[in-house]
Amino acid sequence: MDFQPTRDQRDLRAGVRELLAGRYGRDALRAAVDGGSAVDRELWRELGAAGFFALRLPEAEGGVGLGLPEAVLVFEEAGRALLPGPLVATHLAAGAVPGAAAGTAVVTAFDLGERGGPLVSYLAEADAVLGAAGLPPGEPVRSADPLTPLHRVTGGGPADVSAYREAGALLTAALQVGSALRTLELAVRYAGEREQFGQPIGAFQAVKHLCAGMLVRAEVARTAVYAAAVTAQAADAADGQAADGQDADGEAAEAAEAAEVAGEIAAAKLLADEAAVRNARDCLQVHGGMGFTWEADVHLHLKRAWVRAEQWVTAAEAEEALAAELSRTATGGEAR
Amino acid sequence: MDLTYTEEEREFRARLRAWLAKVLPELPARPSPDDWPGRRAHDTGWQRRLYDAGYAGLHWPLDAGGRGATPTQHLIFLEETERAGAPYVGANFVGLLHAGPTIAAEGTAAQRARWLPPVLRGDEVWCQGFSEPDAGSDLAALRTRAVRDGDDYVVTGSKIWTSHAEVADWCELLVRTGPAAPKHRGITWLAMPMDAPGITVRPLRTLAGSTEFAEVFLDEVRVPVANRVGDENDGWRVTMVTLSFERGTAFVGEVVACRRTLARLARAARASGRWDDPVLRRKLGRLYGEFGALWRLTQWNVSESQRSGGVPGTGGSVFKLAYSHARQELYDTAAEVLGADSLSLEEEWTADRLSSLSYTIAAGTSQIQRNIVAERILGLPKGR
Ligand SMILES: Cc1cc2nc3c(=O)[nH]c(=O)nc-3n(C[C@H](O)[C@H](O)[C@H](O)COP(=O)(O)OP(=O)(O)OC[C@H]3O[C@@H](n4cnc5c(N)ncnc54)[C@H](O)[C@@H]3O)c2cc1C
Repeated sequence: MDFQPTRDQRDLRAGVRELLAGRYGRDALRAAVDGGSAVDRELWRELGAAGFFALRLPEAEGGVGLGLPEAVLVFEEAGRALLPGPLVATHLAAGAVPGAAAGTAVVTAFDLGERGGPLVSYLAEADAVLGAAGLPPGEPVRSADPLTPLHRVTGGGPADVSAYREAGALLTAALQVGSALRTLELAVRYAGEREQFGQPIGAFQAVKHLCAGMLVRAEVARTAVYAAAVTAQAADAADGQAADGQDADGEAAEAAEAAEVAGEIAAAKLLADEAAVRNARDCLQVHGGMGFTWEADVHLHLKRAWVRAEQWVTAAEAEEALAAELSRTATGGEAR
Repeated sequence: MDLTYTEEEREFRARLRAWLAKVLPELPARPSPDDWPGRRAHDTGWQRRLYDAGYAGLHWPLDAGGRGATPTQHLIFLEETERAGAPYVGANFVGLLHAGPTIAAEGTAAQRARWLPPVLRGDEVWCQGFSEPDAGSDLAALRTRAVRDGDDYVVTGSKIWTSHAEVADWCELLVRTGPAAPKHRGITWLAMPMDAPGITVRPLRTLAGSTEFAEVFLDEVRVPVANRVGDENDGWRVTMVTLSFERGTAFVGEVVACRRTLARLARAARASGRWDDPVLRRKLGRLYGEFGALWRLTQWNVSESQRSGGVPGTGGSVFKLAYSHARQELYDTAAEVLGADSLSLEEEWTADRLSSLSYTIAAGTSQIQRNIVAERILGLPKGR
């Protein structure tokens, strides 16, 4: 067992961080907010060229051939940079929707709320909707997050995304972890700079303890996300090997493994949603009046975290899935 | 990032599992919490079996009598013994997890030879005499005084909350030797024999009703200078070595135990129909997710320490904060499953619920852990 990122994985993460810092730094973020432009097509193609969307596509199909553990590290960086757009849906569409892998197509999905729809994000910017035949008609809705435009679909009915739900939830959880770590950094930096009563506010225990709580939440969620990525990847690989000639025992073991992966992903999403939302809240509190302004980035993290918490797997769904998995392991198979 | 175990690790697990299956049925039942001599005999008897089978001091260095196992093998050991329902370290806790590792890291060859083998064999039991009535969280404010007299230190003062004091042979004792020095620089670490004249142990009753810890009064107790580990007035640094061990891997078995408890709780809730309450069911689901994540965090920390050659990282405080909170939540939820029956001390979870109240206090309170996380990990300024 060596549950730490390999050198290649660390290099990959550092590379993505560098790319995003150069291409989507704070100025670009604020310009996008001011201009109301949620998806920058040119940036989308650059992300495609860098392998962001084709990351998990096999090399034989023109992809990068990496797995979920690498993907969560990459998405964590995107979450940290508050990169907008239907990143997860387009990544999931790679290989299935033409242009998704290369970033020449923008693909969204019915991933909001329990079982998806009728609200859908980025409909006006999208070339396709995951699993749907065409673009459904919809009425624009004023969105709480300035960089997540919303539509209420008025016809066609939501497309089924259940095949994508687990990977979607996991990658969204990775975005949340990146955001949670970023708001922690913002809070710690501000707490060290801002002075009141003749000392940095970070010297006050009430502020210090908020920050410590943020770290605990972010670290627990991050490990849950990494572990879920590693177990899901391993289960995938095992599936690939035992494709045919399977006996009943093998099938039962496979079903148990699938249930275990589903539980790990549900836990990752639940804990990551909570870490992102609550860390943004605490970061806002540490910033005082400044935290309530449009000018500070905190609200952008909070609003996006709220959006992501509604995507793919909600807290209620995650808790029910975990209860089901607890019940399964408690009455039959043993928990690992 | 790899969560699979190597061939060697799997073999280690299989051998251990087979051994546990053989010896555990032969073991006598654990004596009642108030029967201290009985508990000592039970806990040290188990330690002796571990020693004879080659499992004692697994993660201790070879030259300290340990087996030089990797942190991952140690993790497997803690996981499997807990899963099989083997006895908890109990009375051996301080010897195996605090005093022993400190002596292994800081003691002379003679001190290691004198004190470590009896700990591994289960022959000698240690207690920890750090806290004092006026020095708890602010441990460095301790006042128990030691004055040099020939080849001895003469020690006078009092200690409190000393777990296992009644049955211990040795006490890892922190004393003040440099009264004029700044508080962190006048402390010395001594190994005090508990049968020395001048020691009075007065048991304290916990809110759970048992006598788990004690007050220890010291009246001109003579401790040989040869029993000093580290230099005079260097005891604070020596102690920090111990405390980082305490916060590193001390809770592995307990996380496994919590996961077993949660499974039993789910079975009980299903049997009684409480499972049909969606609020309670979702709470249990969330706890399952949290303890799963805590197990993963344990594996993460162990891998980190394995990469750094066995040094526990800074993750201990983060882990303890998350874990102690989750564990209290677990027993509060158990009480919800039980309903009014949670008021009965005959229910196993009621006693556990009571003892769980100490988790946010013992081994550094949650507030102190948050200070540590904020100042040492996040680099926030110290308050005035
Ligand atoms: C079950 C149990 C077993 C124990 N076993 C041992 C043992 O074997 N040997 C031993 O030496 N000790 C032992 N202890 C003692 C334990 O280490 C202390 O209780 C603990 O360090 C807290 O000290 P205190 O009790 O004096 O509380 P205090 O330090 O008086 O704390 C009281 C409250 O004030 C808060 N507080 C104090 N300082 C600060 C600060 N700087 N910032 C914010 N809040 C603060 C605390 O968080 C707490 O809420 C044991 C305790 C328990 C409960």
